[in-house]
Amino acid sequence: MNSLLESNVIFRNVYCFWAANPGNAEQCTPVGAVAVKDGLLPGGLEWLAYVMAGLSVILLIVNVYLVFAALYTYVDRRVLAKFQGRIGPNRVGPFGILQPLADGIKLMTKEDLVPAGADRWIFNLAPVVMMSSGILVLAVLPFGKDSFVVDLNIGILYVFAITGVNTLAMFMAGLASANRYAMFGGMRAVAQLISYEIPVVLSVVGIVMMAGTMSLVGIVEAQKVPFIFVQPLAFFVFIAGSSAEMNRSPFDQVEAEGEIIAGYHTEYSGMKFGVFQAAEFGAVLITSALIATLFLKGWEGPFLPSHVWFLLKLFFFAFIFIWIRATLPRLRIDQIMAYAWKFLLPLSLINIFVVAAEVLLLGDQITDSSGVSMDLTTSDMWIMAGINVVVAIVAVIGLAKITGMDARESTKVANVTRVIKGT
Amino acid sequence: MYGLGILKGLTVTMRNFFRKPFTVQYPEERVAQHPRFRGEEFTWYEERCTGCASCAKYCPLGIIKIVTHPGGEHVSEGQEYAIDVFDIDIGRCMFCGLCVEACPYDALFMGSGFEEGQYSRKDLVITKDRLIKADKKPSTWFRPQLESQQYNSQSESPVDWENAGREPWPYHMPVRPQSAEESLEQGEETK
Repeated sequence: MNSLLESNVIFRNVYCFWAANPGNAEQCTPVGAVAVKDGLLPGGLEWLAYVMAGLSVILLIVNVYLVFAALYTYVDRRVLAKFQGRIGPNRVGPFGILQPLADGIKLMTKEDLVPAGADRWIFNLAPVVMMSSGILVLAVLPFGKDSFVVDLNIGILYVFAITGVNTLAMFMAGLASANRYAMFGGMRAVAQLISYEIPVVLSVVGIVMMAGTMSLVGIVEAQKVPFIFVQPLAFFVFIAGSSAEMNRSPFDQVEAEGEIIAGYHTEYSGMKFGVFQAAEFGAVLITSALIATLFLKGWEGPFLPSHVWFLLKLFFFAFIFIWIRATLPRLRIDQIMAYAWKFLLPLSLINIFVVAAEVLLLGDQITDSSGVSMDLTTSDMWIMAGINVVVAIVAVIGLAKITGMDARESTKVANVTRVIKGT
Repeated sequence: MYGLGILKGLTVTMRNFFRKPFTVQYPEERVAQHPRFRGEEFTWYEERCTGCASCAKYCPLGIIKIVTHPGGEHVSEGQEYAIDVFDIDIGRCMFCGLCVEACPYDALFMGSGFEEGQYSRKDLVITKDRLIKADKKPSTWFRPQLESQQYNSQSESPVDWENAGREPWPYHMPVRPQSAEESLEQGEETK
């Protein structure tokens, strides 16, 4: 109870607004700015204030998340339009900023269809599962200095466990729709997302080894040098793998419009479809936030407030995802699977071995109450960064040569077709 | 190879990102339209139409409906018939322009607009009243006399029938003036 009050500013402010009294004065005095002598609730009801503080923090975070997801649909469309030489939505409100609102109203007033052969329960449950997995991740994301709901000591494990539920939601939607295209989408989602889960999780192992903790706050604090420099290989694997997990181009086989209509949400209409869309766009935000946290020092940065830094980094990566989406065409499903298993997985394993060896050689062993951990200084990290950049280039080129994923593959295919045709 | 192709692609899209969008915000701004554009809003000069129904005869789809009665009202240039009905069903029109080519009195011109969208197919039939009331902004398609005036329907004001011009030979002359080719042919025959 006390750890939340100490570490979380919003929580402490709300709590003290309701239940500040002489009994917990030492907890509420550090607030300073909000000079509340007496809380609104009488003494003995601190537990109620505690619940209310928790609820208000959750309400704030969930709503901010949803508003940002809605806003991101607008940003995505505008930026993508810019890449394609168009203007994008600019009719509703100033610069079209109210477009998400108009979309929401449109979706809500639309008829909510359920196919005749559908499994109603699962069909209705799928969007909820999809949305909740996105919202639950927010519990451990640090949005700024001392701004998080909980600082779980297994934060990053929790994030991967929760985002894994996405796969289930997509398969539920595909299975329950009684539609072959939706089924195809669901099957592809399972194949693709599970394949990419492995390299993504393994790429984070190197970070956990260096930080010595799984807590996201701990990882941010451990970054004396941004891990994007220290582990470029892990960064590459993470950004490629997570863009596959969000089903965004070039890995959007799951909802490939040209082949299987809309994939698993083919049969969804009205606000259920809207929830899927919001969850998908929210996933981009969450992934960008994760990348910013894991690789770019999270909220830390000079001059500006920590929340602004966090948002800047978040939108930087969100922009990069739009950029990639605007550039690359969709891959075939076999190419996607080969890329995960033949390329990203070995890369992440190489990263683990290299980082483990470096931590063992460069780190100083310290033993404290929490056990044995390795301490790395800033200069150690820069040395690692130098080694790892070379390792990354060698690994990418070498692996491309070994697995035949460089340009030779296409010539090989051309030769094969020539042999078949007999020319 | 080795991701360099991806980087090259990313630079290409980034170059496009800083380029000016080439789309046009339609209701506010428009693309410049060629004066010879064969538009939907036919321009018809009642004063010239004799009700000969050449246009109706030449229409490959038979979508022009003309009903006339002999004599009657004052018609400035063509005096024979008064027109009761002049309907063009642009719902089935393919804008080939054969009706305009066929008109011997230069009464029918292609229009310059493209905004005749309606909610019902019935309303797609352009009636005589609508043709009379419409802005006379003819296209210069198959009308060299209008084109030689440098008329542009987009930038200039409507043209009434007196200013719309005629084909070089006056229709009321009993014999059409011979062109150079025709006189040559005649000369050969007489020989």
